[in-house]
Formats: sequence, C-alpha cells, structure tokens
Amino acid sequence: MTFQGWLLIAVFTGILLALVKPIGLWLFALYEGRRTPLHVLLGPVERGFYRLSGIDPDEDQSWRRYAVHMLIFNAALMLLTYAVLRAQALLPLNPLGFGAVSEHLAFNTAISFGANTNWQSYAGESTMSNLSQMLGLTIHNFLSAATGIALAFALFRGFARRSATGIGNFWADVTRVTLYLLLPLSIVLAVFYIASGVPQTLAGSVDIATLEGAKQTLALGPVASQEAIKMLGTNGGGFFNANSAHPFENPTALTDLVQMLSIFAIGVGLTYCFGKAVGNTRQGWAILAAMMTLFLAGTTIAYWQEAAGNPVLHGLGLPGGNMEGKEVRFGIAASSLFSVITTAASCGAVNAMHDSFTALGGMIPLFNMQLGEVVIGGVGAGIYGFLLFAILAVFVAGLMVGRTPEYVGKKIESREVKLSVLAIAVLPLCILGMSAVASIIPAGLAGPLNKGPHGFSEILYAFTSAVANNGSAFAGLTANTPFYNGMLGVAMWIGRFFIIIPMLAVAGGLAAKKHTPESAGSFPTTGLLWTGLLIGIVLIVGGLTFLPSLALGPIADHLAMIRGQLF
Amino acid sequence: MNNDILSSLRPAIVMTVLFAVVLGLLYPLAMTGIGQALFPAQANGSLVTENGKVVGSSVVGQAFTSNRYFQTRPSAAGKGYDGLASSGSNLGPASQVLVDRVKADIAAKQTAAPGRPVPPDLVTTSASGLDPDITPEAAFYQVDRVARVRNLDPAIVRRLVSNSVDQRLFGFLGEPRVNVFALNRRLDAIGARQAQ
Repeated sequence: MTFQGWLLIAVFTGILLALVKPIGLWLFALYEGRRTPLHVLLGPVERGFYRLSGIDPDEDQSWRRYAVHMLIFNAALMLLTYAVLRAQALLPLNPLGFGAVSEHLAFNTAISFGANTNWQSYAGESTMSNLSQMLGLTIHNFLSAATGIALAFALFRGFARRSATGIGNFWADVTRVTLYLLLPLSIVLAVFYIASGVPQTLAGSVDIATLEGAKQTLALGPVASQEAIKMLGTNGGGFFNANSAHPFENPTALTDLVQMLSIFAIGVGLTYCFGKAVGNTRQGWAILAAMMTLFLAGTTIAYWQEAAGNPVLHGLGLPGGNMEGKEVRFGIAASSLFSVITTAASCGAVNAMHDSFTALGGMIPLFNMQLGEVVIGGVGAGIYGFLLFAILAVFVAGLMVGRTPEYVGKKIESREVKLSVLAIAVLPLCILGMSAVASIIPAGLAGPLNKGPHGFSEILYAFTSAVANNGSAFAGLTANTPFYNGMLGVAMWIGRFFIIIPMLAVAGGLAAKKHTPESAGSFPTTGLLWTGLLIGIVLIVGGLTFLPSLALGPIADHLAMIRGQLF
Repeated sequence: MNNDILSSLRPAIVMTVLFAVVLGLLYPLAMTGIGQALFPAQANGSLVTENGKVVGSSVVGQAFTSNRYFQTRPSAAGKGYDGLASSGSNLGPASQVLVDRVKADIAAKQTAAPGRPVPPDLVTTSASGLDPDITPEAAFYQVDRVARVRNLDPAIVRRLVSNSVDQRLFGFLGEPRVNVFALNRRLDAIGARQAQ
C-alpha cells in the first residue's frame, strides 16, 4: 500500500462528500416537480412528450398503477432492444457487418440492460453494431437508471406523505429525471471523455501497421456517449469486452477518477434527497454514514489484499502486489478502489479483472453484491434497498428495547416488515438456489474457466451479480450459452422486479398512514447508535446468509493460495 | 388492474419511441458531431500517422515482442493485443495455468538482464490485453538488451527511458508509467539519426 494510494481514496471520498448536497438538492427539485434552470430549454420537450403520449403528469398514481405502468414501460423497452439486436444485420450503422445476435443472447441482453444489470454475455466489439450499442443499449442505460430513481422517489413519498392515496406519477418522474439530470450530465461527461481520448465516431474499426510490421485492427465506435451514462446510471455495460479497463473506455487516471465519482454521485445525492423529503436531512446523513462506513471497510480490505499480492507468484520471484489482470496506469490502489465502488453500487463496470484478484481481494466485490448492493448502491435501487433494511432495523430495535417501531414519522407494522423481508429474501433464495443448480448439472459445470474452489466462485459470482443487478463478472466463466444466458436472464429479472413490487407495496401502505409525531417512546433514527444498528443489520442479514457459500469459494481459494496448492 | 394495464399502453409505446429517438439516436449522434468538430484526433482513436500510414494509437497498446524494441506486457486479447478481442486472462490466484505461463514468461524475459528479478508487470497480463504502458522498472530492466541489439550506448537508451516516464497526475493520480509505443518511436528516431 502506498501513500498515494491512500491519498487517492481520501480525495475520492472528499469530493464525493462535497457532491452530496448539490446533487441531493437538484434531485429534490425533480422529486417535487419544481422548475430548474434547465426548464427554459427542455420544458417544451418534456411537455411535448406528455402531449404525444397522452400523459397527465399531475395524475397521482396508486402504488399498483405506478407499478403496472413501470412494468409495461420496461417491457416495451426490452422488446425494442430484443428486436434491434435480432434485426441487427438488416439495420444501418453496422460497419463491421455483424450478423443477428442469437435468440438466447438477445434475450439475456435485453433483460440485462432493462434490469440495470448490464451483465455482458457478449464481447461488444465483436458482437454489437454501432446502432445496437446506441439504440439497443444506451437507451436502457438512461431509462433503467431513471426508473430506479423514480422508484426511490415513490418510496420517499410513501414516508413523506400523510393519509395519501398516491405515490406520484411514474411518467413524470422518469421523464424529469432523464431530461433534467441524466441527459445534461451525460453530455458534459461525454465531451470530457472525448477530450481525454475516448473515441466517438460512427466508424467501426481502423487498421494499423504496427512498428514491428504486424497488422492490428482496433475497434472504434460511439464509445464516449455510452461511457458517460454507463457510469452515471450505474449500468456498467461496456462498449468493449474489457469494459473500463480498455484504454479506449478509460484512457487516463483522471477519467478513472471521474468514472468512479460518477458511479456514486447520484446514489449519495439520493440520501440527502431522502432527508429533505422527510423533513430532516440528518436522516439522510445517518444513512450515508452507515453506507460510507461499510464502503471504506471494504476498500481497506480489498486494497490491503491486492497490495499484499499473491504468495504463489511471490514464490516464483515476483515481489509486490497482484498485477495479473490490472492495468499499469491504474495500478493496485485505483483498481482495488474501483472494484469496491462498482460492486457497492450496482454498476458492474470494471477497470481490472476481478477474476484474477487475490482470493480475499475478490471476495469483497462478491460480498458487496451479496449485501444487496445497499452500500450507496445503484441509482435509486441502493437507497430503496437500504430503506427496506432500515424498516427491518427499527423492527429489530423495537423488539430489543420495547419501543414502538416507527421510522421518520411512520409507524412500521407487520405489513411493512413482512413485505421488506419478502424483498430482502429474494436475494439469498435466487443466488444460492441457482448457484447450487449450476454447480451440479453438466451445462452449469461446463462454464468455469478455473478449476477448484475458484471455479465455484465464478459460478457464485455470476448468479450474485445477476440477481443483485450488478453486471460485473468473474469473467472466466463462459456465460454465452443457452443455459447461462437463460438462467442468468431469469435471475436478473427476478432480482430487479421481485424486489420492486414489494417495495412499492410498502410505499403505498406508508403513504396511506397518518403521521406519528416523535415521542419519548420513539427510537431515534439519527446519530451513532442508529448508524451502528443499520450496519449491524445489513452485515448480519447479508453475512450470515452467504458465509457458507463464501467458505466454499473465496475462503477455500485463499487457504489453497497461501499453502501454494494449485488447481 | 385491467384498467391500469390498458391506460399504460399508449404512454408505454409512445414514450419508448420518443426516448429511442432522443436517447438512442439524437444524443449519440450529437455527441459524435461535437466530438468530431472539437476533438477530431481523440474522437477517432488518437491515431499516429507516419509517412501517410497509421502506425498506432497513442492510447491503446500494440504488441512488441522483438528484442529490438521495449517489449509490452503479455496479453490475453486474442493472440495478443487483438484490438477486436479485448480481454484479461481471468486466471485465478491459485491457477496452475497461471503459474505455468508466468514461469515460461520469466524464463523468456530474464535473458534481458540475467540475475536481476523480473518486474511483475512484465510477466502478468493486463485487464484489457491492450495495456499501452509498462512500469518504469520494467522499461529500465530492458535497457541493456535494447542497447545491445541496436548497438547503442546504454546510457543514451537509459536517458531516453528516463525522459519517457509519465509521472502521477497531481502527484497521486495513477501510477508512474512508460507508454511503450511512444518510447519505441523515440528509439527508432535515434536509430534513424545515427544512420544519417
């Protein structure tokens, strides 16, 4: 570990904390439907969208209606992507002449991008035409992120409103978030990326006669426009197979820092927005404190392990940290930090290959996802996931000290607790169940590249990433097969929408409740005690559920690694 | 419920079309226009041309395997530095395949400077398989070999490497590194000067 490495982590954290309030206030304006300076320019566009599609943005939707409209819209978007990918060969902007994407891969990819997962069973540069990248994939990067933020708004309204029947308007939320937040920020970021060396062209490739006289063909395309929203929307689906490790996606240490900040920016802003929505910003800061504690703990372990390096390679006379699967311009510190950020959020972009991390260094990304990606988390998904844990935490606190379970002015009763547990239970059921199936049937066992416990880790990582809607991989797994494309597609779908529906039901139920003023009997949900309790609940629920599977994978791998046993 | 579904159909379809046009076509095409107008070099891949031929990109690595050049890291992209197949090796920490590969690479690289330990980045694959850089240690490690093969004074080659080291941005961002393509072009330039 180096001083510069720790300085990077400190500077990253400092800039991030400085972003919390400005982004939070901007989000709060959109949450309330207030005018922003951008309305002068984009207001007519917004109104035009509503008029053409027959939407009344002021209609207050019940949670059921909100859920149905969200689902149908997402289904329509996925169908569009499926159609574009299948018809790719017939459509324009296909300079390298790629054929149609196979049925199972198109199925997997459409769900993957619709569910904000961006799991890549394909290698972008050898599968997707420029039009597919733009029209099939980039559009989801915006709208799955906007959907996530809209859903978080809906849950915020559940806590904030009193005796209300509705939780807002889905179309208004999605349109405003897209037009006034995601699009303008993406434009600024895309220009920055282009200036830094990220290509933005409609050409497909360029031929190079190298200095040694060989021929090298470099894939090109509209990379920067996709890169910008890929990070900001915590999507993570790279233009190229190597994702943000590819020099064309992430050419410098500065673009790397900007990418890491973009992953977390909206997520941290939403904690502040939540505080504003419920009328006490300390509620938001308490949540952020719990998240940042878990994040920094994970970062410390991952950085320590990667810097300590691989004893097997030390034995061959290679000193120092683990450079297998890492880029020289990022080195150990920026690669470890990126891996923790991308899995704490539901981004899944990578600037180093997690599969080649040391056993425990690679366990941190895996464990981050198993916690449900609530450490900052995906845009929207992180905070609504975390609030479900908060409901569980006040319930547990109520049991322990005999207080009435209430949170930010709402009584938490059995309906909320049951629905929260239902949503939280989706993760272990699907991850462990599906990993178990894949670990015993031949089609599943054909996947892993590595042998021994690391092979199991590859399978476990894949299903964890899919259900948690992350999209990063232990990429040695050969996942572009009918079995994995199908199973992982289903896993991503369940992991996204089987959490959203109970969450919206909680939102609807809470909105209908009266306000319960804080009393001497209320458990205080700001301050250190509460933050500690939140961390405890997240770790106990996540940790205890997954520890046995981690023992079979990364921990066994670690023991083999330090003993020098090879597979 | 049925009413909810029916009422969603028109907005779902129309909004999908509208957003597809704005986000899927207008946004990337506008960015392409802006990029091509303001930063044409970067937008087209930061290509470097010599005598009218494209010889490389200053951003992306290319393979250097001969002893006349500073060599790049091993690559898992296709058969090595394949610009259409970026990839890491994805081998785990206790992989027999990894150990065998590293052993073979150490044996091959060690001839550059017998007796000195091989810098780790020179025998490990990068994440993309297209890493343009090596560490300064890995560059200095190869100085004697390059100087010997090219019949140059090692001190000149060493100074060339020293001048080619990119330091951390603002003193903490990234790692010190040497862009192998840029270094080797400077190396060729020295050779050309001496030939004159």
